[in-house]
Amino acid sequence: MIDVDNLCMRQGEFQLADVSLHVSKGRYAILMGTTGCGKTTILEAIAGLRTIAAGRIVLNGVERTHATPAERNLGYVPQDGALFRTMSVRDNLGFALSIRGQPADAIKQRVDELAAWLQVGHILERRAVGLSGGETQRIALGRALANRPPILLMDEPLSSLDEPTRDRMVELLRGLPGRESVTVLHVTHSQREADALGDWIFRLHEGRIEVVKSGDPV
Amino acid sequence: MRRLPADLVYYLCLAILGGSYVALIVAMVVADLFYTTPDHLLSALAEPKIQYSIKLTLISCSVTAILSLWVAVPMGYLLARTEFWGKTVVDTILDVPIVLPPIVLGLSLLILFGTPPGQWFQDYIFEVRYQVPSVILAQFSVSAAFAVRTMRVTFEQISPRTEQVALTLGCTRAQAFWRVVMPEARRGLLTAGTLAWARSLGEFGPIMLFSGATPMRTEVLSTTVWLAFNISNLEGAIAVSLFMIAIAVVVLVLTRSLGLRGTGIV
Repeated sequence: MIDVDNLCMRQGEFQLADVSLHVSKGRYAILMGTTGCGKTTILEAIAGLRTIAAGRIVLNGVERTHATPAERNLGYVPQDGALFRTMSVRDNLGFALSIRGQPADAIKQRVDELAAWLQVGHILERRAVGLSGGETQRIALGRALANRPPILLMDEPLSSLDEPTRDRMVELLRGLPGRESVTVLHVTHSQREADALGDWIFRLHEGRIEVVKSGDPV
Repeated sequence: MRRLPADLVYYLCLAILGGSYVALIVAMVVADLFYTTPDHLLSALAEPKIQYSIKLTLISCSVTAILSLWVAVPMGYLLARTEFWGKTVVDTILDVPIVLPPIVLGLSLLILFGTPPGQWFQDYIFEVRYQVPSVILAQFSVSAAFAVRTMRVTFEQISPRTEQVALTLGCTRAQAFWRVVMPEARRGLLTAGTLAWARSLGEFGPIMLFSGATPMRTEVLSTTVWLAFNISNLEGAIAVSLFMIAIAVVVLVLTRSLGLRGTGIV
């Protein structure tokens, strides 16, 4: 569950005032808006990567407004994937587990499971450079999910993909909340992506959030 | 792709302009080579005084390179990734050793260690002036500035996004730095180290002032060249110069083969 209450942020000329949104547990929410309207900023604030001026961030019922990114226990997929280029694909996927000191066989098992689901088993031992856009995004997704976080934040993960790859990724993402028991907040400016994936659809407009589609089951 | 005659003229002009500098370097080395003979070279290098100078140079340059990286990594990172009060002042201060004549730094070091705190340090910690540590400090005062600049550019070129992702994956700041940022900065680190080492090799002015050039104590190769020249031992000066050129080339080649091949950094 993601609860953002009256979030205020200011950076130079840019500012967000009293932004609030709520995503229920296990739902797939889309945050839409034009380029530069502050979607990524909100995502980064939820992830703990930006300081906020005021407001409250509650993740899975626990107040995390001033927690470090690590304490928030969430997965984050940035727009460019930001893979660790000096590591292999396997090490990228297992990073969150190895940093927590998980045993090697547990890491291998989880990485193999993710690799099979994301269809990247054939490139596991390759270094994470020179990969296609689709491969990069699938690995970034797997890396974010490896530690089974209850919340996943994705920043325009499909924006740089060609149409067939994007369609395959949409299929993959559609089953994500059920498969990984995760609450998703996905930033995009694509209406098509929003319609295909979103239980909830929010639109950020002039610093305020409007609910376009309210998707909790009755 | 076949080049048109107009393109050839264009590239020829560039080659002549740029190549003149390469030709000058090659001409100087060749002139040095023709001035001496292998016998002269070997006999000069066999002198105990010069052997000591070679040993001290290699050790002091290596220690200086390590110390330069020791400060360049944190300072380069801070300058590249953070905004802090007084950043412009710090940035300007770090440029001082680059723009000042090195001899001024040597003089300043001499004065610094003559002040009461500097004197206290020498009395109770260890002696610096005209001792081996002064050679390292003189080299470090110049080389570290170049290493800091290199590391700053290196960190600026690494996307902060990977570090942020590492934080969300459970890393502390330190873990993200060591596990994600530093491996990506490896090549820049090697470049900064090489630059600091090479710069130390050529340092002369501050060493003369701050360390003196006492044979078998603080004499390094750059001062050996000067001392040999001063007593009209031109063959000795050239022998040492050629040796310095050779070790500089060896260091550059080794660095490239260790990790910078094809990157165009070195």
